[in-house]
Amino acid sequence: MSAIYILWLRQLKRYFRSRSRIIGSLAQPLLFLLALGFGFGPIYQRAGGGNYIEFLTPGVIAMSIIFTAIFSGIEIIWDKQFGFLKETLVAPVSRLNIMLGRTLGGATVASLQGIIVFLISFIVGFRPVSLILLPLALIFIVLTALLFTAVGTAIASILEDMQGFQLIMNFLVMPLFFLSGALFPLQGLPKALITVAQLDPLSYSVDGLRGTLANGAHFGVPVDFTVLTIVAAFFLATGSYLFFKIEI
Amino acid sequence: MNNIIEVKNLTKKFEDLVAVDNISFVVKEGEIFAFVGPNGAGKTTTIKMLTTLLHPTSGEMKLNGCNPVIDKNEVRHSFGIVFQDPSLDDELTAYENMEFHGVLYKVPKDLRRKRIEELLKFVELWDRRNDLVKHFSGGMKRRLEIARGLIHHPKVLFLDEPTLGLDPQTRSHIWNYIKDLNKEEKMTVFFTTHYIEEVERVAQRVAIIDHGKIIAEGSPAELEEQTNTSSLEDAFLELTGRTIREEEASPVDHLRMRRRMRRR
Repeated sequence: MSAIYILWLRQLKRYFRSRSRIIGSLAQPLLFLLALGFGFGPIYQRAGGGNYIEFLTPGVIAMSIIFTAIFSGIEIIWDKQFGFLKETLVAPVSRLNIMLGRTLGGATVASLQGIIVFLISFIVGFRPVSLILLPLALIFIVLTALLFTAVGTAIASILEDMQGFQLIMNFLVMPLFFLSGALFPLQGLPKALITVAQLDPLSYSVDGLRGTLANGAHFGVPVDFTVLTIVAAFFLATGSYLFFKIEI
Repeated sequence: MNNIIEVKNLTKKFEDLVAVDNISFVVKEGEIFAFVGPNGAGKTTTIKMLTTLLHPTSGEMKLNGCNPVIDKNEVRHSFGIVFQDPSLDDELTAYENMEFHGVLYKVPKDLRRKRIEELLKFVELWDRRNDLVKHFSGGMKRRLEIARGLIHHPKVLFLDEPTLGLDPQTRSHIWNYIKDLNKEEKMTVFFTTHYIEEVERVAQRVAIIDHGKIIAEGSPAELEEQTNTSSLEDAFLELTGRTIREEEASPVDHLRMRRRMRRR
């Protein structure tokens, strides 16, 4: 337990010490909320969609979580390159506990990030529809953070250095985000796009957050919760397996 | 004296490269043992197998009576290691790096605090304990790594080129410290280096490894006698040849060497 705790604490310390990372990761969601929220707001309203900020905010919260979570997982590559991973791997701690400590740390950081973006959204006029549903929204935030930190860990266990990082951002993280329905409603889309969105785990995060913070979930909150739990469990297992196989 | 390390017919292959080729040796408890050889000879690979980081292809190992392949946890409790490449977290302070290690090795809190203070004072970093490691010089980082490797009072201390790139003052400081520990705590020290004069000064026994094989073993004096030379440096050159390794190294060795250089 103490090993998991110290690994968790390390992730948090590293996060709070990198000011530039915090500022950068808050500026981006704010830009999305301002530019897209106010930019598309009038059109969305005229088309009968209602308040776009209300629609968009859960999507932007999900975005900041997935970015931070994948990044936290991928930090393992840094530890590989700077040698710190070796220090952890020769310690009398099981790999499962190392993986758990790191993943919980990364997920905590990503959840905090999601909560901060939620608070920022108040500036642009977002208000959650119900206070009773807030704890449920928090569960979706944590599930999403866990899932994508585990994805990051799995990727980092395979990659040798940071050169693949851009590739992952462009071919994994960006598509996951843009195809998730974070920015547009899934109703009435071409069938192919809907299928892709259904296969994208982030869609269920966005939908779950929308169902608990705003109005109207596409898949429904129980479905979102079930899918996310299963997928998160799957990637935690995959991440652990790949992490076990690391040899340095 | 008991054997604290026993290695028998140990082999490690990477695809078609044989990095360690059927080596056997023992290290006695309380000994200072030097493992020397040219670049790419298999020193680090051997250390990685003894310290549970790599699986051997074949052969047997025992460290403090336990098998590094099977009883990983017991083995991990009984050694400390200073790696060839730095392995500190630059974003943490010196104290936090020590604390992190102590918690991972389950040293109880009071004892941990006491030892961290002692060790940091010993390597003269106590005044800098709350500074981030990224602001430290190479020598300071090395000293911190050695201090860190000792928090859990290991039976064996592995040092993989611990003095690489350090000035003579720091080197002598570090070796005096290690010799003291060896004497007072009866701690076994297993080290690799390229500085033969360090071997001469501190090692009680030496094994010379080349192309994955141990080609000579004994005290520095014995090796000089065997080769009919007057210094250990000459004995080393006599045994391993004078050619510079890069020239005759295989493409894989080249690659490995280049990677290692880039890492520095």
